[in-house]
Amino acid sequence: MKVRMWGVRGSIPTPGPRTVRYGGNTTCIEVRADDGGLIILDAGTGIFPLAQSLLGALPVTASVFITHTHWDHIQGLPFFVPIYIPGNTLRIHGAYDIVSMQGIEQVMDVQLQYSYFPIREAELKAKIEYRTLTVGEPLPVGDATVTPVLMNHPVTDLGYRIECNGKSAFFTGDHEPWRNIYAPDDPEHADYQAMVDQRQAELDAAIGPVDLLIVDAAYTQAEYPQKIGWGHGTYDMAIAMARRVGAKRLLCTHHEPTRSDDDLEQAFAEALGRHPAPGCEVLLAYEGMELVL
Amino acid sequence: MPQLNSDLERRLTMAVERMPAFPKSVQTILEMTRNINCLPKELVGVIEKDPVMTMKILRVINSAYYGLPNKIASVGQSVVYLGINTLKNLALSIAAVGILPRFNTTGFDIQRYLLHSLTVAAIARLLCEKYARGETDPGDCYIAGLLHDFGKVVFAQFMPGEFIKALAITVDEAKPMFIAESEVIGADHAFVGALLAQKWQFAAPLVQCIRDHHAVEAAPSAMLDCLRMADAVCRKLAFGDSGNPWREEELAGLPQRFGGDIAAVVASLGDLQKIVDDAQAFAQIGTER
Repeated sequence: MKVRMWGVRGSIPTPGPRTVRYGGNTTCIEVRADDGGLIILDAGTGIFPLAQSLLGALPVTASVFITHTHWDHIQGLPFFVPIYIPGNTLRIHGAYDIVSMQGIEQVMDVQLQYSYFPIREAELKAKIEYRTLTVGEPLPVGDATVTPVLMNHPVTDLGYRIECNGKSAFFTGDHEPWRNIYAPDDPEHADYQAMVDQRQAELDAAIGPVDLLIVDAAYTQAEYPQKIGWGHGTYDMAIAMARRVGAKRLLCTHHEPTRSDDDLEQAFAEALGRHPAPGCEVLLAYEGMELVL
Repeated sequence: MPQLNSDLERRLTMAVERMPAFPKSVQTILEMTRNINCLPKELVGVIEKDPVMTMKILRVINSAYYGLPNKIASVGQSVVYLGINTLKNLALSIAAVGILPRFNTTGFDIQRYLLHSLTVAAIARLLCEKYARGETDPGDCYIAGLLHDFGKVVFAQFMPGEFIKALAITVDEAKPMFIAESEVIGADHAFVGALLAQKWQFAAPLVQCIRDHHAVEAAPSAMLDCLRMADAVCRKLAFGDSGNPWREEELAGLPQRFGGDIAAVVASLGDLQKIVDDAQAFAQIGTER
């Protein structure tokens, strides 16, 4: 299984001289199963250069798994050029949205509206299939298996565990570890904490001891208190997660959009300094990074 | 469970989809959510006092998409799974449906119904903590209390003609409400409440509790015992009104774990005034007409 990072930035694309080393595209990860099957995790702006790389070998069959429908994870979909070419197949997977009470089939439709985009969904040429996922239900994609796991974000967010011939990777999408909503002296605190602990244990078990853990680590420890509830984690939280599940490699992504390459490296180095023995290899994601499992 | 006419079942299920919530929760949620920093615990505190909001949120979290191995039976647990922002937006979408009118055409007073549900819920939780600790969860007993008479508000809102007839029978013939409902509608509020809870995949003990809360012969469970005793206490002390006044002959059918003396049970719970005051404040009893 091969993993290639096409977009590692959180929230909004950040082109410019301050981000050339790590890249400014938003989340998009290419995963190649051993049989060559193409799995794409999220469709942020990083999916555009990925699409360019696919045009030399048509037809394209791709299974896209959307972690959640915030803009930075879907805005590249209309620019995934294979959708305009007959003979290609795009299978889009994602969560049921319980507030709008719609499945993932709305993800393209909401973007391809007259006021916002010149092409209508009916005009796409590729075969587009939608599949709204059930949490915990494994789905075969070629010789890989993808299992959606419920994460914690201000909208329903699915993490994905991908297994292929004994190798495994997990991507959190956007995720903030659960916190107790009650103060320690509130009578509800203990019961709620027990639920949080149980939820954390369930997640850790669902992730399992993976070869590669790709985690939303948007913030530094110092920034986090101002960002509580925004739905993202820190480097320290990512390292703690990797240690709990027994990951072999940890890849930190969803870089904070105001962080320059230098700032990113400094923040990362400081975090590693606090965890001299993290228990696994810890890496900082950059555009074009390729990992073989 | 016996079968309900499938057309009636479909009508009732769809009715609940369109059912507005209670005035205080709608008003409070609209106010609270204008503040981007509103405290999650305060939002939970409002939602878990509203039977309609609670019912609708448990329905969503227990739906098949989440594939949760264990059923979720509390609003707090729903926050852990859905996240506070999703819960907030769900509550807002329920609030947008409108508010239940205090009196609909049946004359059923939903504020006194809410007061009854809230006091039964709080006292069921207290009873569990005192008499059934370790056997069942006090929070689950609270939800059972909050939702046990949900079928009544569904009848009142969506089957007003039949519900008026049932209310008249309870007065004219001095019959309990659930018997009058069965005579007129062919099913009582306990059955219909349980039917909805089952359809929406609520936890089996909660479904059983709602179904059996008037069934003296039903197999006892700690949760059902606490619910039935709390219901008896609230009706005896006239905390709210669910259209079913206390009858002394019910005493013999109360769960044995509490002993036969209802006054002693009430005394063992200490001062219940705070529970009543909190419930009254939320039900808006005495604050508006």
